[in-house]
Amino acid sequence: MSVSHLLRERAPITEAGWDRLDDEARERVVPALAARKLVDFAGPQGWRYSATNLGRTDRIADGPEGIEAQVRRVMPLVEARAPFTLARSELADADRGAEDIDLEELDAAAVRIATAENAAVFHGWSAAGITGIAEASTHDPFPLGEDCERYPRHVAKAVDTLRGAGIEGPYGMALGPAAHTNVLETSQHGGYPLLEHLREILGGPLVWAPGVEGAVVLSTGGGHFLFESGQDLAIGYASHDAQSVQLYLEESFSFRVATPEAAVALTP
Amino acid sequence: MGTDQYHEPASELPAPTRTFARLCASLTEEAEAIGWYEQRLAIEPDRDARAIMRDAQGEEFKHFSMDLEFLLRRSPLWREIAEGILFQQGDIVEHGEEAEEEAVEGEAARGAPLSTGESLGIGSLKGGPS
Repeated sequence: MSVSHLLRERAPITEAGWDRLDDEARERVVPALAARKLVDFAGPQGWRYSATNLGRTDRIADGPEGIEAQVRRVMPLVEARAPFTLARSELADADRGAEDIDLEELDAAAVRIATAENAAVFHGWSAAGITGIAEASTHDPFPLGEDCERYPRHVAKAVDTLRGAGIEGPYGMALGPAAHTNVLETSQHGGYPLLEHLREILGGPLVWAPGVEGAVVLSTGGGHFLFESGQDLAIGYASHDAQSVQLYLEESFSFRVATPEAAVALTP
Repeated sequence: MGTDQYHEPASELPAPTRTFARLCASLTEEAEAIGWYEQRLAIEPDRDARAIMRDAQGEEFKHFSMDLEFLLRRSPLWREIAEGILFQQGDIVEHGEEAEEEAVEGEAARGAPLSTGESLGIGSLKGGPS
C-alpha cells in the first residue's frame, strides 16, 4: 500500500476505526462548510499542487541585456490543519462495537476547520494572501441589525443592489450563526417561517455559516468566486503514545474573487 | 425509474455526484440497448428491418461512447486506466492489470488527489441541501 503524507497506515487505528473517524468527520464538517455551498469549487488537485494560476505576469526590469522578461503571478495554496487527540481506549471500544465513543475533539476540529475555511472565503485571511468576498465587494455594506423582522427588507435590498449592478442570480446567502438562529426561531405574521421567506427572495440557498459575521448575499451563478482545492479535507496521523493518538484534519486551498461586484456584505 | 440510479439518498449527494450517477445509469442503458439490437439483428430475416435496426444500434454506439467520454473526463484515474486498455492490441486482461497498477501508483507518486479511501471525499457542496 502506498503511504501518503497523511501517514494513516502508521496510526494504531484499524480499518474499521478509520471508517468510523472518516464518517464522523464528514457528518460534522459538511453542515458547517458554508462556502462550498455557495462558491465555485475546483479540484482537488492533489497535495503537491502548490499554487493557482492567475494568468498574469509582472515585468522583470533588471534582466540580461537584450532580454525582455516577466515572472508569472500565482496564488499559493494555504495548508490548514486542525489537530485533535483521541483516547486509544475509545478507539479500542469502537472496534468492540461501542456506539457511544467519545469523538468530541474530532467534532470540534471539524467545526474549527470548516469555520476557518468559511472565514477565509467570506472575510479573507491576509497572512495567507486571501481576500474575502465581503472585503472585496465593491458595494457599501449595510447593517443587518438585531431585528430579524427586518431581514427580508435588507436581503431584498441586497438582491436589488446585485441586480442593479447587472449581476444575475440565483442569489444565495451565508448567514452567521447568531443571525441564523434568530431566523430559524422567527415566524412572520400568519406563521410563515422567515427562513422560507428569505429563500424566496434569494431564489437560492441560505446557509448556516460559522465564521461569518453578519451575512453575505452573493450570486451563485458561477464564475464569480473561485475556491481551488489542492488536497481536500482528510484526516492524517501525527503521533501516538500508549494512551492517545494525535491526528489532524487537513486541507490545502486557495480562494479568489473574480467579480467583486457580485456580493453585498451585511454587517452584524 | 426516475431516481433509482442513486444508491445513496439523493438529498445527501452533491450535485456533481448526482450528475456522475445519471451518466453511469445512461451508460448502462446504452449498453443494454446495444445488446438488445445485437440479438434482434441475429434473428431478423427482413432486410429493411435489419437496416433500420443496424442504424439504431449505431446511434446507441454513439450515445454509449459520449457517456463514457463524459465519465472519463470527470474521473482522471478511470481515464488513465482506460487509456491503457482501450484501442490496444494484445491481451486485454494483461493490459488491464498493468494499466491499473501504473495509474494507481502514478497517482500516489504525484501526490495526486487522494482516493476516497483517504480523503473525506467532500468536494463541492453547491446544489446540495442548504
